[in-house]
Amino acid sequence: MKYNWNWGIFWQPAADGSGTWLHYLLVGVVWTLGTALAAWLIALAAGSVLGVMRTTPSKWAVRFGNAYVEFFRNVPLLVQMFLWFFVLPELLPTAIGDWIKQMPPPWSAYLPAVLCLGFYTAARVAEQVRAGIQSLPRGQMMAGTAVGFTLPQAYRYVILPQAYRIILPPLTSEFLNIIKNSSIALTIGLLELTARARAMSEFTFQVFEAFTAATVLYLLINIVVVFGMRWVERRLAVPGLIAVGGAPQAGH
Amino acid sequence: MLASFDWDVIQRSLPYLFREGMTFTVTLTVLAMFFGIILGTLLAMMRLSSFKPLAVAAGGYVNLMRSVPLVLVIFWFYFLVPYIGAWILRQNEPIKVGAFLSSVVTFTLFEAAYYCEIMRAGIQSIPRGQVWAGYALGLNYWQTMGNVVLPQAFRNMMPVLLTQTIILFQDTSLVYVLSITDFLGAASKIAQRDGRLVEMYLFVAVVYFIISYFLSYLVKRLQLRIAVPGKL
Repeated sequence: MKYNWNWGIFWQPAADGSGTWLHYLLVGVVWTLGTALAAWLIALAAGSVLGVMRTTPSKWAVRFGNAYVEFFRNVPLLVQMFLWFFVLPELLPTAIGDWIKQMPPPWSAYLPAVLCLGFYTAARVAEQVRAGIQSLPRGQMMAGTAVGFTLPQAYRYVILPQAYRIILPPLTSEFLNIIKNSSIALTIGLLELTARARAMSEFTFQVFEAFTAATVLYLLINIVVVFGMRWVERRLAVPGLIAVGGAPQAGH
Repeated sequence: MLASFDWDVIQRSLPYLFREGMTFTVTLTVLAMFFGIILGTLLAMMRLSSFKPLAVAAGGYVNLMRSVPLVLVIFWFYFLVPYIGAWILRQNEPIKVGAFLSSVVTFTLFEAAYYCEIMRAGIQSIPRGQVWAGYALGLNYWQTMGNVVLPQAFRNMMPVLLTQTIILFQDTSLVYVLSITDFLGAASKIAQRDGRLVEMYLFVAVVYFIISYFLSYLVKRLQLRIAVPGKL
């Protein structure tokens, strides 16, 4: 079989003149993490609000939360990416649309990518938050209101501190998902890790070296996140509060 | 502003979108589901095997696949499959592999990792006593698995397997990165040719939504039907 391996390629200067190919890929890691973290803030905030809404007594809040989750779950992420990038600027008032379209790269791709990943993952976080809240015994909410808490107070001091601890493991895998999903932003021109590995393979023809490097970098990111979250779980664990084992779920 | 849109473009391209694009998407989904579930079940059996090297190999494969983005896996196999083909056929040059075969291989191998985790949970949901009962009757490993454990595991996991398949259906849109004419790829080609990005992408979103929503609804009904009252 003919393939000319050349692992030294990583120390050769990259085509964009910024440094070596290794440096070029590492900048991709920064963009991947920068996109994922910014999107995660949106996902966590919006997902928490939506998840709580779906457990409140208000029928309309529940309906809105359900509709949101159904919409974002049933449209492929790539199509959503195109909706944010190509379609939204056209549907907004002309002035705002033009402002978005005229943003200098890479921000013109970064902003839609962050919004897309954030609001998509929010639907998945909302599902976890709802499941976490509903896994608590009903007596918790009743006890909260019985001691005189208002509904927001009962959520803040009784329900949510327990629910978040229960859903930490699934939230970790959602965070890993958002890192992996950020690679879809390459379709709208964001030069994150996968896009850079692809570009490197096209410039140098060292296809397998480039993809091996990207794979190893993704694995390293995964390991760091998993161990980091285990540490967080241990720090936040409350003795005697039993974690609820999750049922198998479909997902990525 | 909506007046400047040309919704006719959708009607004009319907035959192309569905006959070319959607056919590709559905064929790819069905094949990858079929082979993915078979391979995933085998991987799950390997992962639960008492023979350690087998369990470690399967576990390593599954964790590797689940740690990298699908887009990267698609790129990997797009370049790797010609070499694997040359290796299998004992040829010196990488063989030419069509986009379709390449994507079937990619999605089968990728989704198998996810199906594996579902089937592993399914197999573990069967009480160990049933396996022992199988052995006590004189059945061997394959007979016990095939006649006792797997039929029940499939039944228990059917809703999750189908939900994973809906995700697979949506994921096939990522073959876009190889410029393949799946449903999204077809729409994207028309969109760029006619300069009708807004209309086409909105239409694609609506079609994907309707199909996925309808399929999830069917899965939910199936789940209610096969649920044993009082169990789980």
